[in-house]
Amino acid sequence: MHAAKIEHDFEPKVIAFVCTWCTYAGADLAGTSRMQYPSNVRVLKFPCTGRIDPVFILRAFQKGADGVLVSGCHPGDCHYMAGNFHARRRFAAFRALLGFVGVDLQRLQFSWVSAAEGGKWVEVVTELTERVRAMGPMTEFKSLETEEQWSGALTTPELKEAFDSVG
Amino acid sequence: MSRIGVFVCHCGENISRTVDVERVAKVAGEIPGVAYSCEYKYMCSDPGQNLLKKAVAEQKLDGVVVAACSPRMHEKTFRKAAAASGLNPYLCDMANIREHCSWVHEDREQATAKASDIVKLMVERVKKGKALAPITVPVTKRALIIGGGIAGIQAALDIADCGHQVLLVEREPSIGGHMAQLSETFPTLDCSQCIMTPKMVDVANHPNITLYTFAEVERVEGYIGNFSVTVRRRARSVDDEKCTGCGVCMTKCPKKKIPNDFDRGHGMRSAIYVPFPQAVPNTPVIDRENCTMFQSGKCGLCAKVCGPGAVDFEQEDRVTVEAVGAIVVATGFKLYSIDRKPEGSPIQGYGEFGYGTIPDVIDGMTFERLASASGPTGGKILRPSDGREPKQVVFIQCVGSRAREKGISYCSKVCCMYTAKHTMLYHHKVHDGQAYVFYMDARTPGKGYDEFWRRAVEEEEAVYIRGMVSRMYQRGEKIVVMGSDTLVGVQVEIEADLVVLATAVQAQEGADLLAQKLGISYDKYNFYSEAHAKLKPVECATAGIYLAGACQGPKDIPDTVSQASAAAAKVMTLFSKDQLERDPVVAKVNEKYCVGCLACKKVCPYGAVEEKETRDRQGNLVKVTAYVNPGVCGGCGTCQATCPSKSVELDGYTDEQIMAMIEAL
Repeated sequence: MHAAKIEHDFEPKVIAFVCTWCTYAGADLAGTSRMQYPSNVRVLKFPCTGRIDPVFILRAFQKGADGVLVSGCHPGDCHYMAGNFHARRRFAAFRALLGFVGVDLQRLQFSWVSAAEGGKWVEVVTELTERVRAMGPMTEFKSLETEEQWSGALTTPELKEAFDSVG
Repeated sequence: MSRIGVFVCHCGENISRTVDVERVAKVAGEIPGVAYSCEYKYMCSDPGQNLLKKAVAEQKLDGVVVAACSPRMHEKTFRKAAAASGLNPYLCDMANIREHCSWVHEDREQATAKASDIVKLMVERVKKGKALAPITVPVTKRALIIGGGIAGIQAALDIADCGHQVLLVEREPSIGGHMAQLSETFPTLDCSQCIMTPKMVDVANHPNITLYTFAEVERVEGYIGNFSVTVRRRARSVDDEKCTGCGVCMTKCPKKKIPNDFDRGHGMRSAIYVPFPQAVPNTPVIDRENCTMFQSGKCGLCAKVCGPGAVDFEQEDRVTVEAVGAIVVATGFKLYSIDRKPEGSPIQGYGEFGYGTIPDVIDGMTFERLASASGPTGGKILRPSDGREPKQVVFIQCVGSRAREKGISYCSKVCCMYTAKHTMLYHHKVHDGQAYVFYMDARTPGKGYDEFWRRAVEEEEAVYIRGMVSRMYQRGEKIVVMGSDTLVGVQVEIEADLVVLATAVQAQEGADLLAQKLGISYDKYNFYSEAHAKLKPVECATAGIYLAGACQGPKDIPDTVSQASAAAAKVMTLFSKDQLERDPVVAKVNEKYCVGCLACKKVCPYGAVEEKETRDRQGNLVKVTAYVNPGVCGGCGTCQATCPSKSVELDGYTDEQIMAMIEAL
């Protein structure tokens, strides 16, 4: 009955920043409809995509996310009237900046998923997960983070090993 | 160090089937700051809630995470339980390991890992959470009902009878909606107008109801208990204060050959008109596009004959702002337009049925008008083309409904019953006539419904043919209907005098635009979405807005009336208190850091941000900062993401909380 489970050598970490009214509810609908999608995604709920600070996306990449999804209501459907428009404008600028500092923009996905679109949620998450899986781990920001945390010089092999294990 | 309790729910087997709940509870117990963790079969049950209450008291917990279903389902339940045990309810959060985990993943290992991660995120969130006190706001005890069909009328009467003020806004010149157009209603065959018009009159005469017809809602601002609604009353060109409703103007109007929408274009009306004789209010409207006075500036007969001098060609639209505390949306439905593909719509028409090209192919609502005593034929069933009595009538069900390839996959619910009714009405009026019905399934759940359908088949001699029609064409005076009888397995050809199509019920014209004004959600067919399909069937996700009738999905009259009364009950519950407690998820400004750039004011969709002046003792202005009015703030947090100095913070979603969650990834 179930499709054979595919073994992957790399399980990416995908973080989704979603609004509570549309996309979170859409993801709930995917659940109530018992649709299946990769378990790599972790969902952070916000009242509105307008609340999402670009810093959160940077931090997520830094803390080991291989892909980030930002998803909210369709234009015109925002529970707060215009929050998603503010988000859209903000991320359009932020995306350009992120590209400029060298992040592959394929890792960052924006989408509109309404409360009625359980199927679209599954599609979006699956597509992003598989794309990021093919791209491999996101290392740029992660090593930066480790260096930030690690003040001393890596003088002995033990320290070097410990450092690598953190990264 | 925090003392957080984690409660992992099995949800019967819904969660435990794919998630190893014991392991999740064990892993959670090891998270720094977690003082207590356990798992239980049904956390939402009474013993489950008691378990939580007991643990909070005994373990002196200062935060709770319930790992169970979606917070949209039970967040309130558990927050209430937490509050009962003395914990601030906003320090209780849910980790959604059912909808977002156990139901969508099959692999037990992966699902368990994900569930543990979700719990961890929520623990970090609760750790950084703050105790919040609910905000109280006054409630304006006046309801707005949008739509004056049977749903709006019922809700208006119920609320008004309870002693509250009601404003009923209707787009058409008269209230009554689709029900006023019907001839007789299933399953009792009582005359629709006989049961409808007294209610319409009640609305007009009720001291607590203000009725605005020929009016539309333009703008909605505010929030539960405190909406401010802009209503545009379009110019009738007749002063409703002066008009007595005598109707002389209509008899004198020289333009009398305008197809009447109320009769589906089969009756005629004058340019100054009321849609139907029993209209409420019975103040006429001038149809400016067809009025000679408006088109050429010459005529004005109606004004000359009007005794009270009510006709006013100069009248303009009146726009008023109304304060209301609750809104009931009862905008109803429209019927599927079958002749062509509506512009810009993914839904396709039924050109093959010849509607619009063959005059004797009509839709169900037109048949209602033909059968109605107040209709264009005075209740006689006559063909539109030559006015003869049809002896063979073919009814086709599911025209538009349950046709995925045409763009609508849902069942319109009422067509099986009204087609059965049509066959009966036809048989009662044309004794030697024969009715044929092409159907896919006969769906007749409802009190007395199946008995009604059986009566149509067994006693009223309607011939039911299970199958669809493939083609129709005119041959002489007859319409040849070709279809298949799938039960017998033969092709059928019927020479019909009249064909009646049972067209699908669709969301009202402009339903999406109204939803956007109201800030409520709608599904892909533009039907409005309820907050919960089973447990909150009349509430919208937006607080203070309720649904009644077919604007939510196809419904028959009994269901519509029940739902309207239910919506009214919800409004009355809201109005039973003078003060309303609101979710304290609102933004607050830290004046110490605010530089007064007021970027937040520009992005705030609610206009909740005000300028606050700080002055010294001499009264000199020291600085201007932003201030968020907690009563008006909707809690979207756009201001916080916009603030360049990070000096505004949304309670419940602070940067600290979100960063802690990201750190925990």
